[in-house]
Amino acid sequence: MALLEVKNLDVRFAVRGGDLTALRGISFSLDKGERLGLVGESGAGKSVAAFSILNLIAQPGYIAGGQILFEGRDLAAMSERELRKIRGNRIAMIFQDPMMTLNPVLTIGTQMVEAILAHRKISKKEARAIALDRLQKVQIPSPEKRLDQYPHELSGGMRQRVIIAIALLLDPEIIIADEPTTALDVTIQAEIMDLLLNLCEQENVALMLITHDLGVVSQVTQRMLVMYSGRIIEQGPTREIINDAQHPYTQGLINALPQMGEPGERLFQIPGSMPSLKSVPTGCPFHPRCKFATDQCKQAMPEYVRSGNVNVACYEVANLIEQEKRMQEAES
Amino acid sequence: MTSPLVSIRGLEKRFDLSGSLLEQITFEGGRFRRKQEAVHAINGVDLEVQKGEALCVVGESGCGKSTVARTVMGLLSPSAGEIHYDGQRIDNLERKDSLPYRRKMQMIFQNPYASLNPRMTIQQTLEEPIRFHHPDWSQVQVRDKIHEVMHSVGIDPDWGSRFGHEFSGGQRQRIAIARALAVDPEFIVADEPISALDVSIQAQVLNLLMDAQESRGLTYLFITHDLAVVEHFGTRVAVMYLGRVCELADTKTLFATPRHPYTQALLSAIPKLEDDRPNHIRLKGEVPTPVNLPSGCVFHGRCPYANERCRQDVPRLITTDAGTQVACHAVEEGRL
Amino acid sequence: MTTATVSRWDRFRESFFWHSFKRDKVAIVSFAVLLMMVMAAIFAPLLAPADPYDLAQINIMNSELPPVGMSGADPAFPLGTDAQGRDLLSTILYGTRVSLMIGFGAVVLQAFLGILFGLLAGYLGGKVDAILMRIADVQLSFSTLMVAIIVGAVFKASFGNLMFGEIAIYMLIFIIGVAEWPQIARTVRASVLAEKKKEYVDAAKVMGFGTRRIMFRHILPNTLSPIFVIATVQIANAIISEAALSFLGLGMPETQPSLGSLIKSGFDYIQSGSWWITLIPGLVLVVLVLVINLLGDWLRDVMNPRLYKG
Repeated sequence: MALLEVKNLDVRFAVRGGDLTALRGISFSLDKGERLGLVGESGAGKSVAAFSILNLIAQPGYIAGGQILFEGRDLAAMSERELRKIRGNRIAMIFQDPMMTLNPVLTIGTQMVEAILAHRKISKKEARAIALDRLQKVQIPSPEKRLDQYPHELSGGMRQRVIIAIALLLDPEIIIADEPTTALDVTIQAEIMDLLLNLCEQENVALMLITHDLGVVSQVTQRMLVMYSGRIIEQGPTREIINDAQHPYTQGLINALPQMGEPGERLFQIPGSMPSLKSVPTGCPFHPRCKFATDQCKQAMPEYVRSGNVNVACYEVANLIEQEKRMQEAES
Repeated sequence: MTSPLVSIRGLEKRFDLSGSLLEQITFEGGRFRRKQEAVHAINGVDLEVQKGEALCVVGESGCGKSTVARTVMGLLSPSAGEIHYDGQRIDNLERKDSLPYRRKMQMIFQNPYASLNPRMTIQQTLEEPIRFHHPDWSQVQVRDKIHEVMHSVGIDPDWGSRFGHEFSGGQRQRIAIARALAVDPEFIVADEPISALDVSIQAQVLNLLMDAQESRGLTYLFITHDLAVVEHFGTRVAVMYLGRVCELADTKTLFATPRHPYTQALLSAIPKLEDDRPNHIRLKGEVPTPVNLPSGCVFHGRCPYANERCRQDVPRLITTDAGTQVACHAVEEGRL
Repeated sequence: MTTATVSRWDRFRESFFWHSFKRDKVAIVSFAVLLMMVMAAIFAPLLAPADPYDLAQINIMNSELPPVGMSGADPAFPLGTDAQGRDLLSTILYGTRVSLMIGFGAVVLQAFLGILFGLLAGYLGGKVDAILMRIADVQLSFSTLMVAIIVGAVFKASFGNLMFGEIAIYMLIFIIGVAEWPQIARTVRASVLAEKKKEYVDAAKVMGFGTRRIMFRHILPNTLSPIFVIATVQIANAIISEAALSFLGLGMPETQPSLGSLIKSGFDYIQSGSWWITLIPGLVLVVLVLVINLLGDWLRDVMNPRLYKG
């Protein structure tokens, strides 16, 4: 059984003039120690997906349907009190902005000790020892000193290391990291990503990495989901998708990267931009930007088809697979 | 070699931190002393932009690349050094004399959500600069020009009566580019023009900038932190660290054989699609603050090849065999 | 041209402003009441049964008649008469007109000074900022009433009572306008400081636009929403200040009474049982100030960008 299994998750936002659907029919699973990437552009719903796992979506958002099974228990149906036992303890979160987690008026040590004592019945001294150990694990120079420092005394990269240390405090099963390095410089980003990757491997923690950076996803994760307009349009092993993306959107996203183009030549570009939640097109939400779009695509959202180890929601891919099958049958 | 279109000579920019005279006076060790502190954003930068090229300036936050852009455009006045455009010094001109350069030099900004005036329609945003610089143009000429630039950036001219907030980020950036193009500039400073945009939109805007360069013969000074964009877009690259240029080379040469240890680290840190197990060059420590600059080479504290000379002397840009310029004692001495 | 106006009207009807107005009952009622009072004041010469400024129409024999419904009332004077025999309804209508004129006038003056100085201080910064804001601080440290009392007394002494009556309305607008400009200047300065960091201002500078054009055409329109909120509240404040000054005998003369001087003129007769001369204009004043303040509160909620986005 998978460690985390999300089944048919629907998330809506209640706004003036009816509900907006932010996530529709999201299904995926995460195994123990697995690293999963959630990729998409802003507005695709990747952060909403991450936040809804711990039922942290802010008003007016709400989970409208589906299940989030963590070790067989449905997080979507749990009370706030039960959820609190899981948050930060069994499932930890890392945000893009470290100051969302860190309280500016408390020292790092105080915050770490408090986080431990909220879930464990141990002495303060023992908690401090754990905190120190985690700071050492994230390779912060002179960790004893850091315990007594305030967040503003640390640089951006250092703060993000502290955040990772805090995430690791209670030996969680899963770490959900929402754009953990977006605000950082390239060299610091590379260090933090290496660190996160190594720690997850060492401690056998599952990682759910939300990012818009395909380079980071390809380096860190084993499997990935591509989201568009609140739907998962493609999911499967990272290498397979990066090397041979099936969905026209994923293909476009990869080919649009400057590193994929010849220097000085025009880049591949997807026309238009992602629709807002208020005006999601009917059928496949990508069809207005898709060069393969047919009337069928405008009618209904395509079902997932399997291509290799990848699940894709696209009529064009389904047709190609169908054709191939027929040709093989004709040959035999 | 032809004379450069823009040349930046010995540019320095300091931002005073210490406030007014009263705030500078401190009481230390039994007597009053005047204490002044400044952020050294740029510390002696020489750059030449050749006509028709795209010179990219890369570096991490705080390296002074945006300050270079803003100083070149006259949004900041240099603390020392000169800026020349087509042989004419422009950093000390009176407003009236600088007007012709305002038309020839334009700028594209990072944040498309802040760079359009929220109270102006697209029509007004584009019309004002044209009327300002061409007061003698007729209504028809102005209208044709607006249609031409809107068309060339891919915005429907019928949308002129809408406001900026009715457009997506990518469309706003197109409008901002249209505004810059409206006065027919020769030279455009683009300060991180795509970093606030989504991946699929970045490609659209980069293509647009490249098309404009080709069709209008533009010269770019392109500021970015994204090395993948530089490799694709730049003719030459200047790598900056703590307000100094540490390497200046042709894009191809720089990406094939980076010489400066910082450039090497920077290049190794780009997340690439191909490799699963990246091999990053680890730098020790962090970028020092530009308030108290390290002595000697600004990079020596994090450099694996630093020796005593690096801690003492500031390295100058030297020309290597490959024709690139590097400011590094180790390269000069053949240690690297 | 018509298409443009239609689309602007459509845009307004789809705007958040209109939506929140439609949903806020307090705002609707306040607006309706204010509109009624403003209309009544503007059309006072048409609506009022008598002209309180016309001495020929006043008969001292009609003084202190109670409002209709009480014994001794004359149906010709629905709200009764004051001590000089003027029809109270007409006097209140004319008085509201005077009060509103002073309120609006003073705020227009305040806004002019406040916007100008606030823009200059915020955009130019440095010494200009330091000097203007220190002046504002000094100005704010005197209370409006104190300044008005001194200036009013000087005016009265130097022009004599008769002259004073003619210029009183302008003098009040001037005093209240000048005394309260720092409020608006500070608000404008704060928003200018926030706006001038934005890239559209840099873009305007890069275009070579002059300082004046950038200040007035680019920055000013983006600082207007907080000014609207403050100006609304300031109208109410100016009306109150005027009423207070008039009540102290330093405002409008009794020959051209504002609401404040009406209240004052009736105050001497409260003891003798003629309470209506004070109470009715008092109620009108309270309602007027209340609806303006309620509208100001609503405007502040609507225009607060944080609430707007959230």
